[in-house]
Amino acid sequence: MKYLIQIGIITAICFAGEILSVLLPFPVPSGVYGLILLFLLLCLGIIKPIQIQEISDFFMSILPILFISPSVKLMTSWELIADHLIAILVLLFLSTVCVTAVTGLTAQAMLQREANSGDELSKDGEGK
Amino acid sequence: MNLNEILQETVYFGAALSIFFYWLGTLIQKKWKLSILNPLLICLVLVILFLKIFHIDYETYDAGAKYITYFLTPATVCLALPLYRQMQILKKNLPAILISILLGCLAHFFVVWGIAALFHLDDALFLSFLPKSVTTPIALGISDKIGGLQEITVIGVTFAGLMGAILGPALLKLFGIRNPAAQGLALGSASHAVGTSKAVELGEIQAAMSSLAIVVTGILTVIICPLLLSVL
Repeated sequence: MKYLIQIGIITAICFAGEILSVLLPFPVPSGVYGLILLFLLLCLGIIKPIQIQEISDFFMSILPILFISPSVKLMTSWELIADHLIAILVLLFLSTVCVTAVTGLTAQAMLQREANSGDELSKDGEGK
Repeated sequence: MNLNEILQETVYFGAALSIFFYWLGTLIQKKWKLSILNPLLICLVLVILFLKIFHIDYETYDAGAKYITYFLTPATVCLALPLYRQMQILKKNLPAILISILLGCLAHFFVVWGIAALFHLDDALFLSFLPKSVTTPIALGISDKIGGLQEITVIGVTFAGLMGAILGPALLKLFGIRNPAAQGLALGSASHAVGTSKAVELGEIQAAMSSLAIVVTGILTVIICPLLLSVL
């Protein structure tokens, strides 16, 4: 029964997310609505972490597999960018590197400053 | 009957092939311990080679593989759990989190803009790649709104995601990003849910912050892209 209830809770939230995605005018996927919904339900204490523990662990462990088919789909569409392939690869590569660096370094600098002003959140051994 | 026609009659082919090659990918990575030998990358290369060599259509493959993709929605929903567990970090560091993601979004916009100008790429291509850091449905919505081509946006989104999953840890190391929360934010804001799959492997704080970054980056990109385009 435990697993059935866990699957039931997550399936119901997915469905609620789909309904929101249909009714609301934003281009937000049902999974993201569901994520926000489940987060709120956890915060309000309506759902307890233990009630979705195993199913959540399961999905976390198989996450990369879920992206295989959408990625394989590139084989059907890469001709669309074949004319400017090099330029586009440079653009995609550098822009992704850039976001990783800017967001990561900004967050690290700000979190570290906060940590140095009196709590131990960013315990990466730096600046101590 | 050729192979493609036989496989068209099956439902489990695509799913079985995907999981088998992914498993093979994990074995190869375990054996050589190189981060570039990412199981997802190995799996993609092998699946595409297999389909090409045996002349199997993507549609035939996806007829089965789509039942794996079906679990993407519940898996995304479940990312709420690590986020909830790391609520303390979220509460304490909200300004740092929002500012770092905002700067990442702005940097992305201007880098795409600059490189597109440098190579004289068509406006349609440039507009298609602007929303590529966010999860597919949001990216498609933005692309449509600002005049991009949705098929091209999908290519950009897929590329950004795979880069995070495959090169993410190497990039974090290169830039000296060691703080777990910063690692998660970087992966999630550059490489959406696919990058988050790598963040989950790095740890729970990374997973929580990466999930949060998917949501925040999505919202900020929806606002920033049309706004900056109207000014430029």
